[in-house]
Amino acid sequence: MTKTKDNIIEVKDLVKKFGNFVANDHLTFDVKKGEIFGFLGANGAGKTTAIRILSGLSYPTSGEVKVAGFDVYKEREKVKKNIGYMSQKFSLYEDLTVRENIRFYGGIYGLSNKFIKKKTESLLERLKMQDIQNTLISSLPLGWKQKIAFSVAIFHDPKIVFLDEPTGGVDPITRRDFWEMIYEAADSGITVFVTTHYMDEAEYCDRVSIMDKGKIEGMDTPIALKEQFKAKDMDEVFLKIAR
Amino acid sequence: MKKMQTHTENIIEINQLKKTYDKVEAVKGVSFSVSKGELFGLIGPDGAGKTTIFRILNTLLFPTEGKVTMMDLDVVNDYRIIRNNLGYMPQRFSLYQDLSVEENLAFFARIFGTTIEENYDLIKDIYVQIEPFKNRLAGQLSGGMKQKLALSCALIHSPEILILDEPTTGVDAVSRKEFWDMLIRLKKKGITILVSTPYMDEANQCDRVALIQSGEIMSINTPDKIISDFGRTLWAVKSDKTYQLIHDLKEMDFIDTVFPFGEYLHITFKSDDAKVSFSQLKSKLEKQNHSKVEIKEIEANIEDCFMELMQ
Repeated sequence: MTKTKDNIIEVKDLVKKFGNFVANDHLTFDVKKGEIFGFLGANGAGKTTAIRILSGLSYPTSGEVKVAGFDVYKEREKVKKNIGYMSQKFSLYEDLTVRENIRFYGGIYGLSNKFIKKKTESLLERLKMQDIQNTLISSLPLGWKQKIAFSVAIFHDPKIVFLDEPTGGVDPITRRDFWEMIYEAADSGITVFVTTHYMDEAEYCDRVSIMDKGKIEGMDTPIALKEQFKAKDMDEVFLKIAR
Repeated sequence: MKKMQTHTENIIEINQLKKTYDKVEAVKGVSFSVSKGELFGLIGPDGAGKTTIFRILNTLLFPTEGKVTMMDLDVVNDYRIIRNNLGYMPQRFSLYQDLSVEENLAFFARIFGTTIEENYDLIKDIYVQIEPFKNRLAGQLSGGMKQKLALSCALIHSPEILILDEPTTGVDAVSRKEFWDMLIRLKKKGITILVSTPYMDEANQCDRVALIQSGEIMSINTPDKIISDFGRTLWAVKSDKTYQLIHDLKEMDFIDTVFPFGEYLHITFKSDDAKVSFSQLKSKLEKQNHSKVEIKEIEANIEDCFMELMQ
């Protein structure tokens, strides 16, 4: 927990209350630059509340939180500029085309037209989606939408990308293709902060934190967590913590 | 397969079912049957056609082609009788959010001309867990509690068949396990259960499963039989550099598929005769700067089989 230049997220004693309900109960953790950090927990454990605070959408009740070097109390706009966000739902406009969605998100982040145009071409090429660039998002398979949504979320080269259950509902091959995109992003230096209900995906993370009732009850590499909880896989670790 | 059907009664029969929306063929000629008392799983990703099939079984949609009977009744002509004997839990929470827990349950009981008391035994196990909150509005329940209420409402008229559309999607691992425990207890009471899920690991809880993709069934069998039909050598490999390992293995010309599975990668070979030995592969990888290399032969799981069938 020492402060080093390598920490891209620093959270100390984060508390968030809604009335009497304590959604985040003294969370303390760091995320390192380029790390794939799995943020797990049961439904209602407080994950979404914490992600909303980390992405500058909600104020903590108390505690210190720094994201990409910026304070979430005083520098929310700077936090927002330096992060990307993708949820399973609502991340793309169904009635816009692939190209229009990319253009739209580029514009929101204040990128120049010239830059957007150039980067769109290389993105379409990398995704092998040149042929469908003028197709409406609504007519594409879910797996494609997710790939586009992820690409759009990191289009402005954020330092961190938050992925909230990005792989729900897709077939097992598409799910694995998606994880290869995550590995690639992390390899290029983007920090990936991901939530999932697939416990095998927890094993793909560099480190994992597991929340239960507002608290972090376990945080380490998947291998160390399995040793600590004497479990054969992450599914068992999760069941031991959250049950 | 034939043999089993002569011994048990088929409570659901689907024969060459097709469903087309405008130009999209959502279901492309699907046939299967479900025996009385069976826990049958329809397993596949979003867009595979699971919900369409369930809506046809529920008499909420007409088939474009094909014959479907439930309890020997035709889903098109005899829909009223079918509906009285069917419990349905749709994917989206569809109870009345502005009624309390108890009011919702009473409402569904009355629609089917029964009372909560009459069938209380059937739902008791599930309902007692939410009974302390019986005066709370349904819209204010947590996800897990909503699910238990929806299941109670689907069961309150003591149906012969229970159809559950992706009850565990978006639900955490603990609640998923609890939900399956509930289903297995219901099965013991003699209810035929048809359930869909995108989670491959849930297949093992079912008596039989149909693996479905793009409107077509790829395989129907018991989970054990689907696994024993895999028929290829499967190895699990890991090293200290997973991302690099995926690339390096994909580059090897004798390797067919490379898929991450938890901390390991599962690999298959282009030809099982031509495969290398553990030590040969290990030394190859160590030359490519991998350390802590571990290789073992493993048995396929349902997800391996699903991916194999997709190729």
